[in-house]
Amino acid sequence: MLDKELRSMIGKVKDGRMDRRAFIRRLAAVGLTAPLANQLLALGGVAMAQSPMVYKPTKRGGGGPLKLLWWQGPTLLNPHFATGTKDQDGSRLFYEPLASWDADGNLNPILAAEIPSVANGGLAADAKSVLWKIKPGVKWHDGKPLTADDFVFTWQYASDPATAAVSISTYGEITVEKVSDLSIRILFKTPTPFWANAFVGAYGCVLPKHLFADYKGSKSREAPNNLAPVGTGPYQFVEFKPGDMVRGRLNPDYHMPNRPHFDTIEMKGGGDAVSAARAVIQTGEFDFAWNMQVEDDVLLRLEKGGKGKTVYATGGDIEFIAINFTDPNTEIDGERSSMKTKHPILSDPNVRKALSLLVDRESVKKAIYGRAGRTTANYLNGPEKFVSKNTSWEFNIEKASKMLDDAGWKVGADGIREKDGKKFKLLYQTSTNGPRQKTQAIVKQACQKAGIDVELKSVVASVFFSSDVANPDTYPKFYADIEEFQIPMTQPDPALHMRRYISANVATKENKWQGQNFPRYVNKDYDAAIAAAETETDPVKRAALYIKCNDLLWKDTVFIPVMHRLKVEAAANALRPALSGWANETDNIQDWYREA
Amino acid sequence: MSQYVLRRLLVAIPSLLGISAVLFFVLALAPGDPFSELATNPNVPPEVQAALRAKFGLDDPIYLRYLHWLSAMMHGDWGFSFVSRMNVDTLILQRLPTTLYVIGSAQILALLVAIPVGVYAATKPYSVFDQVANSLAFIGFSLPTFFTGILFILIFSVTLDWLPFVYSTDINATGIRWVLEMIRQAIMPVAVLGLFQAASMTRFVRSAMLDVIRLDYVTTARAKGLGQPKVIVKHVMRNAMIPVVTLIALQMPAVFGGAIVTEQIFRIPGIGSLLISSILSNDTPVVMAVTFVFACLVVLFNLIADVLYGWLDPRISLR
Repeated sequence: MLDKELRSMIGKVKDGRMDRRAFIRRLAAVGLTAPLANQLLALGGVAMAQSPMVYKPTKRGGGGPLKLLWWQGPTLLNPHFATGTKDQDGSRLFYEPLASWDADGNLNPILAAEIPSVANGGLAADAKSVLWKIKPGVKWHDGKPLTADDFVFTWQYASDPATAAVSISTYGEITVEKVSDLSIRILFKTPTPFWANAFVGAYGCVLPKHLFADYKGSKSREAPNNLAPVGTGPYQFVEFKPGDMVRGRLNPDYHMPNRPHFDTIEMKGGGDAVSAARAVIQTGEFDFAWNMQVEDDVLLRLEKGGKGKTVYATGGDIEFIAINFTDPNTEIDGERSSMKTKHPILSDPNVRKALSLLVDRESVKKAIYGRAGRTTANYLNGPEKFVSKNTSWEFNIEKASKMLDDAGWKVGADGIREKDGKKFKLLYQTSTNGPRQKTQAIVKQACQKAGIDVELKSVVASVFFSSDVANPDTYPKFYADIEEFQIPMTQPDPALHMRRYISANVATKENKWQGQNFPRYVNKDYDAAIAAAETETDPVKRAALYIKCNDLLWKDTVFIPVMHRLKVEAAANALRPALSGWANETDNIQDWYREA
Repeated sequence: MSQYVLRRLLVAIPSLLGISAVLFFVLALAPGDPFSELATNPNVPPEVQAALRAKFGLDDPIYLRYLHWLSAMMHGDWGFSFVSRMNVDTLILQRLPTTLYVIGSAQILALLVAIPVGVYAATKPYSVFDQVANSLAFIGFSLPTFFTGILFILIFSVTLDWLPFVYSTDINATGIRWVLEMIRQAIMPVAVLGLFQAASMTRFVRSAMLDVIRLDYVTTARAKGLGQPKVIVKHVMRNAMIPVVTLIALQMPAVFGGAIVTEQIFRIPGIGSLLISSILSNDTPVVMAVTFVFACLVVLFNLIADVLYGWLDPRISLR
């Protein structure tokens, strides 16, 4: 086969004129294996396919209705107002980004003609700009063509503070310029190794300039299309009732061949996770249910006579117990947990290590998470190249007790340890939900055996995660000794995830507790490693720096990682949802289909 | 009569003002944040959350926020939902038909069960029928709707696979199929709510009937040779219905409240589930509007009950 012919075929696969399988078949005909064909595609700049996902339907439509059940329904359909993932998920049926993440953390082009790389001139050598080429011939649902102007407008719209877009952090620090009708350039102020943020993933959806141009800034809430989206996506908007349901129908002009597979789509909201699981797995009323925050044994019971099953996607979501480095019980200048104080018990690194030995991750996994969690000693759990191999956890009460003895905490008459007349007593807070309260109980039991008195406290989620400065029970205020919750990893890059804990980010009264470093961890080595990683363009060195940061968090026991949590969904047996732990559930909705 | 109604309505205004003020201050003092979902999203810096709070006036003093709300309400502006970023009245109107359909059907079912059973049980006190009806009624209002709802789902959806348990507002069918589908999906929630209501109503109808049946004029009517059905329907029921009407009228707002649980279980997109989800997400304008509507309903149904009194019993005059 001639090199030129091969190149043009790769090009066809790239812009969707030829499907991947056809390409592989053609190569097989001349004696090349599928893995080799895949390698060729990768070298040609086509992202790797997700290994389990091959898109089978050979024509557009014909899949009947797709019924999705979100137990918290979307409340709005403008992706740049989406406060929660549920709103992003609903918006994403109609709007599209340039690219989205697949299960392996690779970028798949959606509205982009190709993924920018150094080879195709998309990525600047100084990492200060990226050139995106837009797929030609894409139309908005109302028939108008998609052009670079729409992208430039979306950037202006989202970065205007008066618009009050939640995506302002993604678009506020960059500049987007039009290069031609079908290409844009994103300019960064500083070298940015992780360039795939704007126009990628949940906040990457592009808005039609011709419908939103009059509603930028303070008039943003008056746009009629906030409630009636017109996008480029696989489904066209039909009807929306906030919190209840979103409906769409097949887009006959969709820009990818043979897609979408379903004739109509419906996303129903409301209820609770358990009954949502039941409606998919047991009765088959729905095809797919989102975010199964249900204990694993309940799911196993439902699956026994099932019309559906649970499916998992691995990302980097981490459930942890964070340790307070400051004293929550001393008030200085109207502020508890102030940087001017040191935690009277937990500032001793050996005590923190002992505490980590008292968290029985295996029991937590068995009793609560089951298939939906993996035990880990790492704060950073993905993508694979960033995962540290230098850490390991153990559960050992004797060892912890010995460490506490050595640190001067002797068991008193009442079985509780004390030192210099002070009792070893901890306040352990978390948000109110079943699995977390169970975890608290497991930890408390082990601590009691080691002579530590743990007081448990749970705060309603909407308060715990509130930005209400007046409220003492929020997680950034951290008016407790240790606290447990989960931080999701929304993109397959650790930059934002790890940046939180530099010393400049410490949460204080001064910054209204908006600093994201809630443990109040201060370490010069950590700061230096983060600073170096953020401008390091060599991917191998950069990964090593983030692994170093993870190991510092482990060595200093800033966090006690409890569980690397997987995304859990319920799907009908015949449904083939394209899921990724690095993306929202509907981010690859165009690739979903049902086995005949 | 019309003067009386007008006077009653005027009296209602200060009480509604009081109710709205109490509601508003309680909601404002409740901790929480409509934008808390942004908190754990590493892509969104906390400043965004704070900026949104400022934009929606959440950081203003409470009394100012109340006055804003009140003056907007006077102009017929129900406010703007923080969470959905749309007008509250649109949200409520979207959900009103479903609520009225389900709750209305449930009330009608309750009446259709309670009145005949209650009346028949009262005419034959302590008979087998009466004992059975009484026992069932006791069971009926002792079992909470969330229990019977889940029981129904387990029996009719999971085990028998006869009925859907997720209520859908958009049915892919037209004409008679659509009607049948609407009825099919409403059977379980209406039965759960209706039978729960019917249980307490039956007891009420029965005791009201027993009070009247013993009166002299009933004996007189029988002595004149009127047939049993005529005596019961024309003479006894009319008087016995007066307290029952009051009960039903005053219960109406409570039914809206009681339907919240049922709406959650069957995912019925009604006012109740809107209220619950808005409370959970601290969407104050929506909570305020819905609870205020409930308050207006209480006042209104009180008035309706009084007017019906006068019509049922001419001895009660409204001045």
